[in-house]
Amino acid sequence: MDPVIWFFGLGVAAGLLRSELRLPPAIYDLLSTLLLLTIGLKGGVELAQHSLSTVLPQAAAVLLMGFTIPFLLYPVIRRVGRVSRPDAASLAAHYGSVSVATYAVGLAYLVAREVFVDAQLPLFLVLLEVPAIVVGIILARKNDPNLAWGKVAHEAFLGKSIVLLVGGLLIGWISGPEGVAPLEPLFFDLFKGVLALFLLEMGLIAAAQARAVVHNGAFLIGFGVLAPLPLAGIGAALGTAIGLSVGGTTMLAVLAGSASYIAAPAAMRIAVPEANPSLSLAASLGVTFPFNIIVGIPIYYSIAQWMHTLGV
Amino acid sequence: MQPNQRKLLTIVTEALLESSITEALDDHGASGYTIVDARGRGSRGVRDAGWTSSSNIRVEVLCDAALAERIAEDFQERFYADYAMILYISDVAVLRSDKF
Repeated sequence: MDPVIWFFGLGVAAGLLRSELRLPPAIYDLLSTLLLLTIGLKGGVELAQHSLSTVLPQAAAVLLMGFTIPFLLYPVIRRVGRVSRPDAASLAAHYGSVSVATYAVGLAYLVAREVFVDAQLPLFLVLLEVPAIVVGIILARKNDPNLAWGKVAHEAFLGKSIVLLVGGLLIGWISGPEGVAPLEPLFFDLFKGVLALFLLEMGLIAAAQARAVVHNGAFLIGFGVLAPLPLAGIGAALGTAIGLSVGGTTMLAVLAGSASYIAAPAAMRIAVPEANPSLSLAASLGVTFPFNIIVGIPIYYSIAQWMHTLGV
Repeated sequence: MQPNQRKLLTIVTEALLESSITEALDDHGASGYTIVDARGRGSRGVRDAGWTSSSNIRVEVLCDAALAERIAEDFQERFYADYAMILYISDVAVLRSDKF
């Protein structure tokens, strides 16, 4: 197993044992900033070498997937989980949206195996973050005229992750490979180390969800483990259909199977305050995130390989 | 009320609400406020400031009694049901009372 996963395990163990270990919030902020900018920059540099005419139709298809997934999830959560409408809508938004940390681990997994990943993936990451949140809010609020869409839009579109990812993409795109070269030591060479430290903190945060996971019981654990698989299947099928490489297909599956734990909680808390925030967070962070980085990513890689053998 | 007696309105709540709170305070005409990051434990569990979703803030507003009441009432109505929020009002003596 990749050593960065052990750092996550260390964080979880330290958290469960109530160790004093804790990264200062400012360090966590810096680490996540570095990760987001690295992913953005990398994508921007590579995207500059592609023609927009191939990327745009793919982007449209990915966007459509982002809007569709919460609509598929919502009725299942409502029926199977017997969850209230706001909670079901919130869960659908979390699972429709994506996790940058899961993406980073997936990327590290493929890089370690020297698998090529298409340049468009960071763009897809950006595109998949917001649609599910919008759909989740619509599902929860129906036609509530009192909803302050301006505030929600501000929360969703100008959240830290979108700003940094889009900023990184643009800077990488404008600067090109030579322009970005002097930045490589900080952003690209340190990627694995930054990711390891980041996952250590993620482990601590995930361990803090343990009580909420136990409290919410079987449905939450079952949903957190079972939902990513069909969702990743949808992502892998779409990736194959729009002509991504095996690596790109794997990453689209990772994105589809991952659940948001930063953008979605913040936006849902503002827009759907009656939803229980600890339910969605416990599922996405306490169950799905560990599942994806430990078990999910290798499975999605196999699914992507299998689908590509079918296609050829 | 003596000329230098004012109310200190203290609000402890979720960090996510910061922009909503500051906008509302401006709308109510508060002359200023101070915000600090906070952590602690309450009926909604431990708020350990590990990251944004579990962070708290403490907002302090110096104002006259009438304004403190108005803000407290408005916030109770808007935020108490769905958010973690504690509000309390205390008596304080201020220097330069024309400021508040």
